[in-house]
Amino acid sequence: MVHRPEPVTVTIVTTLLLRNARQTEFTENKHPTMCGIAGIFDLQAARGTRYADDPADVRAALWSMISTLEHRGPDALNVFTHGPAGLAHSRLSIIDHAGGTQPMATADGDLTVTFNGEIFNYVELRDELKRHGRVFQTHSDTETILHAYAHWGDDCVKHLNGQWAFAIWDKRRQRLFLSRDRIGIRPLFYTLADGKFFFASEIKALFTQREVSREIDRIGLDQLFTLWTTIAPRTIFEDIHELPPGHSLIVEQGTLRSERHWQLEYADESSSPRSTDEWADELLALLIDSTRLRLRADVPVGAYLSGGLDSSLTTALIRKYTGAPLKTFSVTFDDADFDESGYQQDVVRAWNTEHQSIRCTHADIGRVFPDVIRHTEKPLLRTAPAPLFLLSQLVHDQGYKVVITGEGADEMCGGYDIFKEAKLRRFWARDLDSKHRPLLLKKLYPYLKTLQAQSPDYLKAFFHVRPDDLANPFFSHLPRFELTAKTKAFFSPDVRQDLVDYSTLNQLHTGLPRDFEEWQPFHQAQYLEAAHLLPGYILSSQGDRMAMAHAVEGRFPFLDHRVMEFAGRIPTSLKMRGLNEKYLLKRIAKGLVPDSVLARPKQPYRAPDAVSFFDTATGKPRFDYVAESLSTERLQQTGLFDSRAVGKLVEKIGKGQAIGTKDNMALVGILSTQLLVDEFIDRTPPPTTAPPAIHRETVTA
Amino acid sequence: MIKETIGHSVREFVIDNFLYGQGNVIDQESFLQSGLIDSTGVLELVTFLEDRFQIAIDDEELVPDNLDSVERLVTFIETKLHELKSL
Repeated sequence: MVHRPEPVTVTIVTTLLLRNARQTEFTENKHPTMCGIAGIFDLQAARGTRYADDPADVRAALWSMISTLEHRGPDALNVFTHGPAGLAHSRLSIIDHAGGTQPMATADGDLTVTFNGEIFNYVELRDELKRHGRVFQTHSDTETILHAYAHWGDDCVKHLNGQWAFAIWDKRRQRLFLSRDRIGIRPLFYTLADGKFFFASEIKALFTQREVSREIDRIGLDQLFTLWTTIAPRTIFEDIHELPPGHSLIVEQGTLRSERHWQLEYADESSSPRSTDEWADELLALLIDSTRLRLRADVPVGAYLSGGLDSSLTTALIRKYTGAPLKTFSVTFDDADFDESGYQQDVVRAWNTEHQSIRCTHADIGRVFPDVIRHTEKPLLRTAPAPLFLLSQLVHDQGYKVVITGEGADEMCGGYDIFKEAKLRRFWARDLDSKHRPLLLKKLYPYLKTLQAQSPDYLKAFFHVRPDDLANPFFSHLPRFELTAKTKAFFSPDVRQDLVDYSTLNQLHTGLPRDFEEWQPFHQAQYLEAAHLLPGYILSSQGDRMAMAHAVEGRFPFLDHRVMEFAGRIPTSLKMRGLNEKYLLKRIAKGLVPDSVLARPKQPYRAPDAVSFFDTATGKPRFDYVAESLSTERLQQTGLFDSRAVGKLVEKIGKGQAIGTKDNMALVGILSTQLLVDEFIDRTPPPTTAPPAIHRETVTA
Repeated sequence: MIKETIGHSVREFVIDNFLYGQGNVIDQESFLQSGLIDSTGVLELVTFLEDRFQIAIDDEELVPDNLDSVERLVTFIETKLHELKSL
C-alpha cells in the first residue's frame, strides 16, 4: 500500500526546498533573456550552387532584421556570421553581465546560439552536464543550451524545463538547429526565399528582406475567422511559417526537417489509481516547484492578478512559499460588465502585495488597437489583448521586467466554460425532449443576456444538441466554431471564390492525433483548447506579443511540462466534478485564495469590442483610423472584405443594434485585418540599415 | 396590413441584418438550417417585429415554428395582428 503523506508534510518539504533554493540559487546571475532572435542561412551557398553573399551584406541584412525587434530587447543588438549562416540577437540586459551576451559560442567556436526565453532548470542541467565533463565559462542558461546540444544532440530539448525559441549554428556539420518550447510560449517564424532560409521571433523582421514577399494567406484568413488562430505552421501571411510548439527544425544540406519533441497526452482514468488527496498533494507540490523555478532571476519578479482563481493562486504560492515581497499588477475596467477589481483587492489584502492597476476605458482600447495589431501580427476577433498591452506598459513603467501569470490553468485543469457546456450538451442530448436540461445551459452563461430569452428549440439548434453531432470529433467546439465562422460572410466574393473548396475543420481534422476519436470527450475538448487556441491566441496574441511590446517577460507555472504531463493524467472527474470546474485546483487553493475568489462564478477574461471603436452616443467612429480602415475605398483596395456588407455592419453598429458576439467579432476581425494589411503589406519596409548605435558585433571568419 | 407589405418588411430586415445586404432570401428557407440566424439574431428579429408591427411577443412564442422563415414570420405576424384587431 502506498503511504500518503499528510498535506502538512508536503508543505514542510517544499518550504525547505524553497528556503534552500533561496540560499543557493537566487544569488545566481540569472538574467531574464528577454530578447528577439533572427538569422539567415543561405542554402544554395551552403550547397555550393552559388557564391555566398558578401559577409558585409549578410551582416547588413541581419542588422535590418534585428533592428525591428528592438522592443523585445532594446539594450544590445549583436550579429554573428559564419560562411553561409548568420545569427542576430536583441537583448535587454538588466546588469551588464558579459556571460549573457549573445549570439554565444562554445569555447572551440563549433557551436553558436541565439536564444530567446528561459531555461528554468539550468542550474540542475549545468551540474549534470559538468558531471559529463562539460566545462562552463559562464553561469547563464544560454550556455547550458550549447552544452546540452553538444552532449545530447537534437534530444537536448527533452532535458529542458523552460520557454524557448533558439537557433544553434553547428559549424562542423554546417547545420542549423532550431527549436521551440513544448507549448509555444516563445514565438519562432521562418520562411524560404531565393534559396535562403530566414527566421525570426517576429514576422516583421522577415519582411525587412527584399526576397520575402508580403501577401495575406487566404486559407490562413479562413482558419483565423473560424478558430481565432491559424493552424501552425500556417500563418496569416503567405509562405511565412511558424514552427509549431513542441517541434524542432533541422536545416541542413539544403533541406528542412521538422521533428516533434513533445506532445500533449491524456491518460485513461484507470491508469493511475490514487486518492483525491494524493492527486491534490502532488499537483500542489509540482505547482510550488514550478513557481519556485520561475522565480529564478536577479531582478524583481512581479505577478499579474486578474482576480480569478489561477492568478490568485500563483500570487498566493509566491507569497506563501517564498515570503518575498511581491508587486502585483491588474487591469480594471470602467465597464462594470468586465471589471474584476473587487476580487483583485480581496487577494491583495489577503497576501499583502504591493498593488498597481491600470484603469481601462473603451476609448483606451480603441486608441492602442493599431499598436496592438503591429505586435500581434495577426487579425484579432476580440479586443482582449489591448488591455494587456496597456498592462505591460504599466509593468515596464514600474521598472519590472518579469511577471508570473496564471495562463494554462484552464486548459490543463479543466476550467473553461466550453468544457462545461459540452458536458451539458451531451447530458441534454440523452433526453432531447427534456424541459429542464436546456435551462442548465442558460445558467452556464448568466452574463450572456441574448441566451436567456431563447426557447429550447433554438438552444438545441444553436448548441448542436442533436444525435448526429455527438459523433463529431469537434462536438465540444461546434457551437463556437460555427458562430465564429459566420464572420466569414463578410469576405469579398473574390476571397469566397478562392476558398470555395477549402474547409478549415477538415484541415483541423487531418492534424488530430491518430487515436483522437477514441479519446474521452473531455480530453478531446481539452486538446482542442491546449493545442490550438492556447499557443495560437492566448500565449501569443494575449501573451508574448502584448508583454514583449514593452519588454516584459511572462512566466507560467501552470505550463511547466511536469505540471502539464501530470494534469494529463488527472481523472476528468477531478477536473470537473458535476459542473464544478477545476475541482482539484480549487481544493488546493482552499486556504490560499480568499473564499470570495473560490466561490465566485467563472468569468472569462473579456474586453469591450465595438464600443471601443464607436461612440455609443453619436454612433460615429471614435478614431480617424477606424473610419479610414472601414471606408469603401480602403476595403476595395485591400479586396478581402465585401465593402457593402461592411457598410451595413457599420450602419448597424452606428444605430447601436450590433449587440451580438458575431457582429462584434466581425467588426474587430475586419478592422484588425485592414490594419494588418496597412502595416505589413502596403507600407514599404524600412531599407537595410547600417549597424545601430547600440550594438556589439561578433564576426567569426 | 396586407400580406405583401409584411413580407416585404421582413425580407428587407433579414437581408439587411442577417445577410448584410448580400444576396436574397427564399421565403420558405429555414433560417436555422441555412445558418442565417444565431442567438442574438433571434432577439434582433423579435425586437424588429415588436417595433415595426406594434405587437407584443410572448416568450412561449419564441419558437422556430413561428420565426424560422419569411413565410412562417408572415403567417405569425398576420395572426398576431388579427388577434389585436379582434380585441
